[in-house]
Amino acid sequence: MSELNAFRTEVREWMAGHLTGKFAALKYRGGSGEGDALPELRKEWERELAAGRWTCPGWPAEHGGRGLSVAEQVVFQEEYSRAGGPGRMGHIGEGLMGPTLIAFGTEEQKRRFLPGIRSGTEFWAQGYSEPSAGSDFGNIKTRAKLDPISGDWIVSGQKVWTSLAHLSDWIFVVARCEEGSVGRNGLIFLLMPLAQPGVDIHPIKQIGGGAEFNSVFFDNARAKADDVLGQPGDGWKIAMALLGFERGISTLGQQMSFQQELDLIVEIAKENGSDRSPAIRQRVAYAWTGLRAMRYLAMRVLSDDQSAETRREALTYKYQWSNWHRDLGRLAMDVLKMDANIVADDPRRERLQQMFLFARADTIYGGTNEIQLNIIAEQGLGMPREPRGKL
Amino acid sequence: MLEFTPDQQMIREEAQRFLRGESSSEAIRRVVDTGASHDAALWNSISRELGWCAMAIPEEFGGLGLGATEVAILMELTGARLACVPFWSTVCLAAPLLQSAGSEEAKVKYLGAIAAGEMAATVAYADLSVADPAATVAVKAIRADGGYRLDGKVAQVIDLEVADVVLVPAELEDGTTALFALTRDAGQTVTPLKVLDATRSIAALELTLEVSAESRIDDAGVGAEQFQQALTLANLGLAAEQLGATQGALDVTLAYIAERVQFGRTIASFQAIKHRCAKLVVDVAETRSLVFGAAQGLGTSGAVESALEIAGARVLASDLQFRAAEEAIQLHGGVGFTWEYDPHLYFKRAQASAALLGAREAQLDRIAASVFGDGGLK
Repeated sequence: MSELNAFRTEVREWMAGHLTGKFAALKYRGGSGEGDALPELRKEWERELAAGRWTCPGWPAEHGGRGLSVAEQVVFQEEYSRAGGPGRMGHIGEGLMGPTLIAFGTEEQKRRFLPGIRSGTEFWAQGYSEPSAGSDFGNIKTRAKLDPISGDWIVSGQKVWTSLAHLSDWIFVVARCEEGSVGRNGLIFLLMPLAQPGVDIHPIKQIGGGAEFNSVFFDNARAKADDVLGQPGDGWKIAMALLGFERGISTLGQQMSFQQELDLIVEIAKENGSDRSPAIRQRVAYAWTGLRAMRYLAMRVLSDDQSAETRREALTYKYQWSNWHRDLGRLAMDVLKMDANIVADDPRRERLQQMFLFARADTIYGGTNEIQLNIIAEQGLGMPREPRGKL
Repeated sequence: MLEFTPDQQMIREEAQRFLRGESSSEAIRRVVDTGASHDAALWNSISRELGWCAMAIPEEFGGLGLGATEVAILMELTGARLACVPFWSTVCLAAPLLQSAGSEEAKVKYLGAIAAGEMAATVAYADLSVADPAATVAVKAIRADGGYRLDGKVAQVIDLEVADVVLVPAELEDGTTALFALTRDAGQTVTPLKVLDATRSIAALELTLEVSAESRIDDAGVGAEQFQQALTLANLGLAAEQLGATQGALDVTLAYIAERVQFGRTIASFQAIKHRCAKLVVDVAETRSLVFGAAQGLGTSGAVESALEIAGARVLASDLQFRAAEEAIQLHGGVGFTWEYDPHLYFKRAQASAALLGAREAQLDRIAASVFGDGGLK
């Protein structure tokens, strides 16, 4: 425990010493809803983190990480968020691509790609969703055709909701490589540079005015023969494994920023008199309760507990936090009263307005509420599966 | 991280196995249909043979010296089976009060007997429906002939009929509060009340009697803090029990809908029904996490914070228990509101439990007072 406290102090001091000067402008920025804010400075911040060896701290030492335990990673996330650390531009590379490369990549692929992720110089985007493959992820239509001469893969199709593609260097793409295959069969996992002919990126303006998502169009774009992860046909397996790597360690950092949002709401309520309303007070207390419960749920999910209850209840985490956050957005606006509608140069209000708007996406991306409930019912309770349609 | 120790896991599994066999629907109905105050055979096993009452009592008084988590585990499981035993009243209501407010002598005597499984106990709070049931006192104590004269009525005392001893907070002439322990033969009038939730008995207590000085068991008056300390455990135990009853209602429902066929398919295959069950799991996960997170915190530092978390757990558990019970009735369809099927037992317990120790508004007010740091609305 005291070692963990010493580690906490180390992170805290590092953040205090480095999130200053020009980087001070990044405090609390680049979170959900404004993932595209201050991109160049945030990329520079990634390199600052890298210099302190704070990128990829959970990776094994042999791949340049610190090999931190789960408990230490949680501490890092908490202290990073507590200090107001900005949204991580390198998140997809560090949390998703890196661990997947470590698990499935060839030595050559690891040698080529891991250092760029670790040093904060190469940024990754995730090419999963498509216009007709949202919740039904198996319905992927983007095609990859083998060029028999070069051995390269020629990719055509469209990905959508691709976070930060316009600010990234590489994208991993799940595409259909076997003619006539359906569902999870016949898919391939490709690593592709975004700066090439045949790749066209269109930012999508969101509900809050920002644009962190994109449509990415591929028109005979190319993935090198060496840039297939696993074997052709392994796409589904690798795509699913990638989603499993997160294990929710970053969620305790996310909860820290939820706590900051709640604190902000309380602060504003005390200033504008909303704290005199019994109904508002009860909603604030209810939000506080939900956040506490969420914290303990995350601590159960991250423990070694393999009991049936914990495995089943771990499935509820996404539903839990996204709906809590969505409700918090509404509460924030009710506390602000008519000011909620006025856009002004007030960072506190702006943060809550963005949260209010972007939280509507929380219950949609990464598996909608409805899909989450299907998963809980089917995988958690063993209830009958939804039948597939024929359209 | 938050998980049970191997010992806690073992306690849980063994208790689950035992209750599955011994606190069946038939066993509950033997109590409910005959108007009995409790399941005497089950209570005998739990208290004397399995030693569950000894769990959180300190070793110096003959207990096992374990913590709030172990008690919460057992409360959850007795709740899941609606076990008709005075376990909550003895272990969560009375024992913590003896521990926080009792004299050394009283602890040796009463905690020792509870730990040994020889005593069921309860507390005659003036009004168990409010968040601070010790704020008002229904009984007056006047010094007389080297002892005390007790006068007063308490409208509802949980498990009073089965309790071997009832702890009575009473107001002295100087306005301070003393605690008396009355055994069955002390001369009190106990009037059993007919209850909707017949799985937990309630009786009225009337006192017009003189007791010896030895009946007074506090050291030098009982303060608000001592009551609060005891009530925190009562709330934790109740939240755990409510969580268990929620899981119980959900399990009964899942079993039924997996068998019930309409339109050529089990009704469990309808998405409308799957989603409602899944939503209950979401809320069970939330409530379970808070109950056991708070229980663990209680044993370590930050007890003030844990008490607020327990208040929050009561809010979640009360909302959820009722919803699980009403869903049990709804998803059972027509048979859901018959006496023959079990949902009504969970439904009645849900309403009765939510009314104990403060409604959700009172719990939320308490949390808000702390979050806003203003002591509450005046």
